Amino acid sequence: MKILVCITSVPDTTAKISFTQDNTQFNKTGVQFIIGPYDDYALARAVELKEQHGGSLTVLNVGTSDSDPQIRKALAIGADDAIRIDTEPTDSYFVAAQIAEIAQKNSYDLILMGRESIDFNSGVVHGLVGEMLGIPSYSPVMKLEITDGKAEFAREIDGGKEFLEADLPLVLGCQEPIAEWKIPNMRGIMTARSKPLNVVPATPMDDLTVLKKYTLPAPKGECKMIAAEDAEQLIALLRTEAKVL
Amino acid sequence: MSVIIFVELDNGSIKKSSLEAIYYGSKVAESTQTTATVLAIGSAEESALKEAGKFGAQKVLHANDGKLSHENSLAYANVLAQAVEQEGSKIIIMAKSGLGDAVAARVAAKLKAGIVSGVTELPDTSSGFTVTRAIYTGKAFASVELNSDTKVLVVRKNAVEAVATEASASVEVFAPTLQDSDFAATVKNVEKASSELSLTDADIIVSGGRGMKGPDHWDPLLELADALGAATGCSKPVSDLDWRPHHEHIGQTGIKVAPNLYIACGISGAIQHLAGVNGSKCIVVINKDPEAPFFKAADYGIVGDVFDVLPRLTKAVEAAK
Ligand SMILES: Cc1cc2nc3c(=O)[nH]c(=O)nc-3n(C[C@H](O)[C@H](O)[C@H](O)COP(=O)(O)OP(=O)(O)OC[C@H]3O[C@@H](n4cnc5c(N)ncnc54)[C@H](O)[C@@H]3O)c2cc1C
Ligand SMILES: Nc1ncnc2c1ncn2[C@@H]1O[C@H](COP(=O)(O)O)[C@@H](O)[C@H]1O
Repeated sequence: MKILVCITSVPDTTAKISFTQDNTQFNKTGVQFIIGPYDDYALARAVELKEQHGGSLTVLNVGTSDSDPQIRKALAIGADDAIRIDTEPTDSYFVAAQIAEIAQKNSYDLILMGRESIDFNSGVVHGLVGEMLGIPSYSPVMKLEITDGKAEFAREIDGGKEFLEADLPLVLGCQEPIAEWKIPNMRGIMTARSKPLNVVPATPMDDLTVLKKYTLPAPKGECKMIAAEDAEQLIALLRTEAKVL
Repeated sequence: MSVIIFVELDNGSIKKSSLEAIYYGSKVAESTQTTATVLAIGSAEESALKEAGKFGAQKVLHANDGKLSHENSLAYANVLAQAVEQEGSKIIIMAKSGLGDAVAARVAAKLKAGIVSGVTELPDTSSGFTVTRAIYTGKAFASVELNSDTKVLVVRKNAVEAVATEASASVEVFAPTLQDSDFAATVKNVEKASSELSLTDADIIVSGGRGMKGPDHWDPLLELADALGAATGCSKPVSDLDWRPHHEHIGQTGIKVAPNLYIACGISGAIQHLAGVNGSKCIVVINKDPEAPFFKAADYGIVGDVFDVLPRLTKAVEAAK
């Protein structure tokens, strides 16, 4: 089985977000980057599936060399090789088109992604790639088993779960508890250094969307404290002052 | 040319978040001098679909093939693309949800459309077509200009304040051509708490953390939720411990919600939890620790014991009815 896992390199969940150059650039100073938490679940499950079924596991990132540490980490966790499409990811459509182009050439059985990236939070790249390749896409997937070329998986739906069965190939957006995050061990880290990281140029295409500027949310007003003895007052305040009841 | 809005149905009625998307779509239609058409897929009474008129749609296309009764983003995207073609639409709108994003993505790829998900405001059409969207899990916003001929917008809750009128919409049957490949997956089973209020749709959410002490202590929270007509949520450890079902878990790795009112009971307010609630209009925090970080993100706070405060709030809500 040939598995592709698409990973993002994103600011750590606790990072403070700020911008530079007239609010048109993300300020990377002092920010720690990690593999997207959902992508990390996808990767963990992919490593397990490879252990069970054999085959190959490739990680893919659309990004600049800034992503290399996260790609190396994915190799240390268990991917066999990596592809980096060397470009600044501008929007979901562009990223998906780059991924689809690689996937078309290599015909993977399974393409795993995170349910969403935690920088752009679109939750759309898997659907875009699925449609571009003409294969089904599902998200968010929280359980996945492969038997005889068939996938059995569970997907979270509004207020519950749905259990599905489908033939490969598939594109799946993953979330916990599909697998436990894996931490690279020493051997993994050593072997990762010699695993291939293939840097390929991006395929040019027209920008469908253009970023104009970033903004930060308005600072939050003071929290109005209500003494526990007067808890009942809250209800009146929510009605008359906040007007949310 | 009309703006087209894909809506989700729940028990034959248009979901609240979708009604909001219709209103959003009707405003976009106004500013681009066209009309708003709704596409509803699945079974629904004509009277329920006419609700769309109250939120500004002129017309509803209703696709009700038995095969479409089950939520299927592949087939729905295909139906939507056909509706877009029939109407000559250039702008496609839907509410943000798992289904909304999936349908939006697949239809955008079919039509080579620019897609922006998580839109928080009406577009600026004064020069070009620019929208604002939430990024970094609500910690920032981006203004994005769409240059593509066809545009897909996935709209977050509370992007507009929807106002209902007495207007009505015409309902037309829409009979798309379905393709077998969209039905290749077999649905083995669906586990759904049908009576439950949907978290992404809810105006009010009462949410509990580890401070609720255990699965047997949830009643005070459920009673307040009941009195308020609220949905219930929880923090990640709570669902990890199986005190509450996984689909209730809110935050970075769970659901992102944007209700008018979020009441956090015994939740510390870790940044990963805040990531799921920072779209809320008003946040109330009840925590016995005055230093709990959640108070920094709150509009109203009560330093107290949830088991004392919650029943009293429930009584106050009942009394005010
Ligand atoms: C990558 C990553 C992703 C994560 N994703 C999420 C996520 O999506 N959602 C999420 O919620 N967490 C997430 N977490 C976990 C998060 O960091 C916190 O650990 C978690 O939110 C804490 O949950 P809690 O507030 O319920 O529990 P605690 O932190 O244990 O807080 C319990 C609170 O209850 C209060 N309390 C106790 N007893 C009472 C009482 N009787 N009355 C009133 N107050 C009381 C305490 O003062 C305390 O503030 C994530 C963590 C990581 C590393
Ligand atoms: N630049 C990228 N490189 C590789 N994979 C990506 C990239 N951006 C998004 N993805 C994948 O697509 C998923 C959904 O991303 P998004 O639609 O941006 O929320 C992510 O969890 C990743 O698995």
